[in-house]
Amino acid sequence: MFVAVTLGILVAMSMALVRALLGPTVYDRVLAVNTFGTKTVLLIAALGFLTDRPEFLDLALVYALINFIGTIAVLKFFEFGDLGLTRRVHREAE
Amino acid sequence: MDMALDALSWVSIVTGLFFMLVGTLGVLRLPDIYTRLHAAGMTDTMGAGFLILGMLLQTVQGILHGESTWWFVLFRLVLIYVFLLFTSPIASHALARAGLAGGVDPWTAPGDGDE
Repeated sequence: MFVAVTLGILVAMSMALVRALLGPTVYDRVLAVNTFGTKTVLLIAALGFLTDRPEFLDLALVYALINFIGTIAVLKFFEFGDLGLTRRVHREAE
Repeated sequence: MDMALDALSWVSIVTGLFFMLVGTLGVLRLPDIYTRLHAAGMTDTMGAGFLILGMLLQTVQGILHGESTWWFVLFRLVLIYVFLLFTSPIASHALARAGLAGGVDPWTAPGDGDE
């Protein structure tokens, strides 16, 4: 049963990848990477159930955390041009 | 009892897969980043929700067989879903804000734009 789940998730991931390649604006690509990451979380959980290894759920949880942080960091970089480090350097330089 | 749980988890997994594929199809076909955000949001909450519900029923079956370690699996599954439920709207909101700040103006139907 979980083989079907894994195949379904892989199909969904390939569709998200197509959006990442096609996406005209850069935000489409960030969106595609974000959905790809969430699907990886589910893929890891499904594989954990497929091979009867409950530790995979810890991996899925950590991956969900990191995927979220990554998306927010990329978006902050796109919106403000930097992650807020250089402004502090300029302020100290004055 | 086992048959019922198995059938129920199979049904929820199939609906989860269905929502995920429909959402990803929406991400592919919709014309604009903001409409795609709506579709992507749906896959994260509904698709993941039913899939995790299906896995949850599998672990409940394991617990009924007396394996006490499956409580932790149940806990981790619920934790993953709660976390996805919190972070997916925040990510979509941040993405929409970044899009607006980046100058991507929302798509309007060809007829409506030029009143």
